[in-house]
Amino acid sequence: MTPRVLLIEDEPNITEAIRFILSRDGCEVVTLADGLGAVQAVRKDVPDLLILDLMLPGVSGLDILVQLRSDPATARLPVLMLTAKGQGRDREAAERAGANHFMTKPFSNDDMRAAVRALTGR
Amino acid sequence: MPFNLLVLSCLAYVIFLFAVAWWAERRAARGRLGWLQSPLIYTLSLSIYCTAWTFYGAVGYAARSGLEFLTIYLGPTIVFVGWWWMLRKLVRIGRRQGVTSIADLLSSRFGKSNLLGVIVTVIAVVAATPYIALQLQSVTLSFSVFASPTDDGLTPPGTEATAIWVATGLAIFTILFGTRNLDAKEQHHGIVTAIAVEAVVKLVALVAVGVFVVWGLADGPFDMKARIHASSISDWNLQPGRWAGLMFASGAAVVCLPRMFQVMVVENADERHLSTASWAFPLYLFAMSLFIVPIAVMGLERLPAGANADMFVLTLPLAEGQGALAMLAFLGGFSSATSMVIVESIALATMVSNHIVMPVWLRLRPAKGMSGDVRRLVLLARRISIAVVLGLGYAYYRKSGGSATLAAIGLIAFAGVAQFLPAMVFGLFWRGATRVGAVLGLSVGFVIWAYTLFLPSFGPDAVIPALVFAEGPWGLDWLRPRALFGVGAMDPLIHALFWSMTLNTAAFLIGSLFTFPGPVERMQGAAFVHVFDSAAANPRGWQRGLAEPEDLLVMSQRIMGDEDALAFFEAEAKDQGKAGYLPDPSPQFMARLERRLAGSVGAATAHAMMSQLAGRATVTVEDLMAVASESAQIMEYSARLESQQDELTRTARALREANDKLTQLSVQKDAFLSQISHELRTPMTSIRAFSEILTEGDLPAPMVAHYGRIIHDEARRLTRLLDDLLDLSVLENGTVQLNLGLTNLSQMIDRALASASHTKPERSFTIHRDLPMENIFLRTDADRLVQVFINLISNARKYCDATAPELRISVRQKGGRVTIDFIDNGSGIPQDSQALIFEKFARLTDQTRAGGAGLGLAICREVMANLGGTITYLPGQGGAAFRVAVPLRLEQQVA
Repeated sequence: MTPRVLLIEDEPNITEAIRFILSRDGCEVVTLADGLGAVQAVRKDVPDLLILDLMLPGVSGLDILVQLRSDPATARLPVLMLTAKGQGRDREAAERAGANHFMTKPFSNDDMRAAVRALTGR
Repeated sequence: MPFNLLVLSCLAYVIFLFAVAWWAERRAARGRLGWLQSPLIYTLSLSIYCTAWTFYGAVGYAARSGLEFLTIYLGPTIVFVGWWWMLRKLVRIGRRQGVTSIADLLSSRFGKSNLLGVIVTVIAVVAATPYIALQLQSVTLSFSVFASPTDDGLTPPGTEATAIWVATGLAIFTILFGTRNLDAKEQHHGIVTAIAVEAVVKLVALVAVGVFVVWGLADGPFDMKARIHASSISDWNLQPGRWAGLMFASGAAVVCLPRMFQVMVVENADERHLSTASWAFPLYLFAMSLFIVPIAVMGLERLPAGANADMFVLTLPLAEGQGALAMLAFLGGFSSATSMVIVESIALATMVSNHIVMPVWLRLRPAKGMSGDVRRLVLLARRISIAVVLGLGYAYYRKSGGSATLAAIGLIAFAGVAQFLPAMVFGLFWRGATRVGAVLGLSVGFVIWAYTLFLPSFGPDAVIPALVFAEGPWGLDWLRPRALFGVGAMDPLIHALFWSMTLNTAAFLIGSLFTFPGPVERMQGAAFVHVFDSAAANPRGWQRGLAEPEDLLVMSQRIMGDEDALAFFEAEAKDQGKAGYLPDPSPQFMARLERRLAGSVGAATAHAMMSQLAGRATVTVEDLMAVASESAQIMEYSARLESQQDELTRTARALREANDKLTQLSVQKDAFLSQISHELRTPMTSIRAFSEILTEGDLPAPMVAHYGRIIHDEARRLTRLLDDLLDLSVLENGTVQLNLGLTNLSQMIDRALASASHTKPERSFTIHRDLPMENIFLRTDADRLVQVFINLISNARKYCDATAPELRISVRQKGGRVTIDFIDNGSGIPQDSQALIFEKFARLTDQTRAGGAGLGLAICREVMANLGGTITYLPGQGGAAFRVAVPLRLEQQVA
């Protein structure tokens, strides 16, 4: 069964790169360009994995994560956080908010594939 | 003489005295005392020593006891001639310390002890009581002798009524005289002048009677001499004990009597007057005593046996029909009595009010202690005291029966005030005298005097039961009032004098030796004992006077603290080869200690304190000035410290503000770095991901081309970002190099429009321009200004959300400035974001669509600052509106 991955990322080029990498690895990739409708989108159709950018226009990735974790339906959803800021603070904040994995941009494609495989249980 | 006439004469005389006093006080108030403050007046005022006792009683004394009356004159003479240096010291101290009475003197000497003041006051009042009674008695006697019924048959009042009238009259007279106002120095020029007048009156009266006796009744001096030889007085034999005792008592009294102290010390205006008085006063006494024996002899000879010898001065002229002379004698006696009563009761009233009433009142009503009521209260207290003192005198007169001879009463008072002598003399000459010693000595002396002399004077069974006189209290015969410790063979007066003075002195010495004076006592002791040394003292150096090491240690502990002082003293003692804490007070040690103390309290203060302890000098004016200037320096220094403190506070505030700013900057810097990291990593992420995809191969050619383009765009984006960052850094540091020149504004806008057309080239924009207005030559850095224009036009192209986007560029010139507005027709910038747009990375929308790093407007702002102009957002223009303002002619680089 094809794992469904929801990617919330505002940089179109990065979105395109991740979609290409994960699609070729056998995932179904759905994307969102901003965080405003993210929570509703996830609740409507809970994916197998959520890849969440930390800094999104409109709303912070952290806020989205906190909201999802407070909802029983999405409390255990695997979440991979991405950030371009790459400071230790952000990693801690993400882990406190309940991220399962944390990756700093730029990342290697292999690391991305490995992380997604691990989080989708393959 | 008819008694009403006599009363009138007395009143007239009193009014005359009052006028004299009033006149003298008027002169004093105007500062024109002149001869009123002469040695003559001073000497005459001392004559209040000669009271009615001297005037009337001496004759009686001579008639009864021969030449013994001379002791009363010899005592003061010896004191004034032989002990004038002690009197001088007393006067100097009195003036220097502002002493108001003998109670004040002793209290002041012994550490300003109020207890001592109270004791002295009580003794003085009690001892004065018989003395005042004596004056009442003599005036009453003379009145009863002299007064006769009036022509219309009114009989003179009896002696008791007379005594009351005299006491009341004297009280009123004294109150009117002595308590009209409150003088800070307790000096009464009016009274001193009045008693000087009275001194003359009594001398003239007595001499007149004497001359009348010698040349009127007898046939001159030789005849008089023969009559004296023939009289019983020549049978008189000298009793050495009594003679010496009486001389001692009268000598002591002349310094210790409150009234004598008043005129001699308190009223003294000039110390030099004393040197005149030291011979003039004995001379006065000599004149007063010259005719005593002739009058006594003639009285015994001419007057009937049993006539009161105390009244011979008055009764002799009367008996001889010399009414005028008798009147003069009466006024002389009256003068003697009134002057004594006035001064005595003023002196006592001062003591009572200062040492008893005021302390009690202040303790009862401390809150009102400083209010204006005090003066009125003091005056009231003095008036009441005067009345009480005279009342006591009258009571004594009544109680003692009015029968005792004048001389005996006077001697009781003399012995009483003599109790002050040990405390006073030791206090003046011995620094070791202490308050405890003074209290003990005075109390013991007073008790013994009262028990052996004063209380017995009321007669057996009056106060002390007759049984006690015979067998002693509780059958203890060694405590009999007239035979203390079994010494019964003495004359009662000498017995009392001997025991009271001996035990007084012994108690004083024992008390002083076994106690240690307090600091104030020590200071006062030094001030009293060394009152003459201050002028001669060597101002610096410790060659002359050295202090007791204990004193120095106590003082040093107070100043330096216990441990430091002990350590210093121990080290000094060790240097001298001594164990313990007490080095020898060598000049070197004293000098080192003074320097050490000076470090704590200042040099002048340290020296003054050491001087006090060294007993060398009282603090001189120079010392005090030095202390004052030192204090001023300290105050100045502390004021300087205070201003430094203010400055420090200001600096601290500035530092705090700077720190806050730095912290804020640091936060901004962190945020900025975080932003830059994000801005750099984002394109890097795409570049890396796609380059990895490309290297994995196995891709169709269009995708390779597509991904290659993405890599290219992201690389350019990175470069642009780095360029912007470097540009911004240069602009912010002010290190930018401007290339100034004259350029046409229209051409600059043309360049900017052409350049900005690469941004979103797909959008067609309508540009509105006002070309005639644009035709201005600006002196500026054209490339920089064009950079700003490009930014603004590009932003409009990127963000203007109108379907048919338009941009209006309008130019205006005003004075030396030119404004260029860029207004589009989009929805503009929300109001709450308008303040942020010029900040770095303040992107309002998705930056990828815009393709910028969010530094454009921040760079514009920095460029305009460098060009001496501004860039602002114009709200309310319908769309996004920016106004660029530049100077027409930029002359030099704006730092």
